[in-house]
Amino acid sequence: MSDKRKELIVSAISNGTVIDHIPTETVFQVIKILGLNKTKNQVYFGINLESKKYGSKGIIKISDKYFETEEINKIALVAPSATLIEIHDYEVFKKSSVRIPQNVNKIVKCFNPNCITNKEDVDTKFEVFYDESGSLKLSCHYCEKNTSKENIVFI
Amino acid sequence: MKNRSLVSINDYSKEEIIRILDLAEEFEKQPRQQILKGKVIASLFFEPSTRTRLSFESAAQQLGASVIGFSSAATTSVQKGETLKDTILTVSNYSDLIVMRHPVDGSARYASEVAPVPIINAGDGANQHPTQCLLDLYSIRKTQGTLDNLDITFVGDLKYGRTVHSLTMALCHFNTRFHLVSPVELKLPSAVKRHIKDAELQYEQYTDMNEVINKSDILYMTRIQRERFPDQLEYERVKNSYNLVNSMLTDAKSNLRILHPLPRVNEISTDVDSNPMAYYFQQALNGIYVRQALMASILDNK
Ligand SMILES: [Zn+2]
Repeated sequence: MSDKRKELIVSAISNGTVIDHIPTETVFQVIKILGLNKTKNQVYFGINLESKKYGSKGIIKISDKYFETEEINKIALVAPSATLIEIHDYEVFKKSSVRIPQNVNKIVKCFNPNCITNKEDVDTKFEVFYDESGSLKLSCHYCEKNTSKENIVFI
Repeated sequence: MKNRSLVSINDYSKEEIIRILDLAEEFEKQPRQQILKGKVIASLFFEPSTRTRLSFESAAQQLGASVIGFSSAATTSVQKGETLKDTILTVSNYSDLIVMRHPVDGSARYASEVAPVPIINAGDGANQHPTQCLLDLYSIRKTQGTLDNLDITFVGDLKYGRTVHSLTMALCHFNTRFHLVSPVELKLPSAVKRHIKDAELQYEQYTDMNEVINKSDILYMTRIQRERFPDQLEYERVKNSYNLVNSMLTDAKSNLRILHPLPRVNEISTDVDSNPMAYYFQQALNGIYVRQALMASILDNK
């Protein structure tokens, strides 16, 4: 199948962004992180779609919307495997993978309730690293505690 | 190090740590020098800690500095809801250096980012207490003649004990062999072990301290603190796990020294106090010299 055909599984958009290869279980999180539950744009999504690579996947399509890098960084934390496809006039204009950033600023809450960022009006700042079992963790610049992937809450 | 804050022991390189320890040795020989005359040091204790506060204030006054501040947040505008930022900015107008202790994790890092004057962290919640770490390093070097290649044993609460975390990270510069004795529930967190692995050093974990006393150069005992436990049942289960008594030291190496950040509860019996291996009271005194060294190098370009 061509890229164009595959996009038809949910519904084709003429202009906008397709976010493909989202883990099914984080599709709703991605929708929330990107504020798509509040947008005026047309949004289509699919979950439990077949994927050769991942078994099951989710997909989101947003009409007439292209994303800034900072917004995309937010997705990478819950959907590191996601692919971003920009559609211009039904054609794939640009394809890219989302990237997990080295630093995550302002968008995630620190898991430590006694952290200064949860007590006063202070922007959060984290460094991203992987522990010995390979799972993603965020190390807080202030309290130096780690927030693991399962505990990530977006601001 | 002039005008630089010290928030976490990781803010200093190995060379900078050694520089502070060398300078502290000079102050031990001559603790009363008027080198900070005319300087004002603010001592802001948002939570009480008499031991640490007196050590800092005495260190400052012996160098001729004057000290302003408060010993608990209860009598200040903090009580009226003033933000930390506002307090720090206000006090910065009146002082050359701020020493602060605060119950919130990360408060010292934040203060160092908003303050126009340098900050010394005297403990931020459960996070860091770098001057305790410096005095521990000073005590180890003084009693062993070196910091390199030692067998260092930590006993007790390795999970919540922040002094253990900071000291472990600092010792990673010195090719230490780490022996970690704790109840299973209170093992050293993986975030700290990561530093040991990154430095390509060895550690072994134990639950019984008798296994390791005789091969140790330093026995670093810690208190199991009730307030650090989210789960009180867990505390009751482990609180009496480790109790060092004098008879356990019979076959220890002669250079072994016992350290403890104090106050102790029951983890070291009083019958150990008269053993020459007990070093915890002198250890506290060394705090004065490292704090003098730190303040002098921040304010006086030493
Ligand atoms: Zn934090």
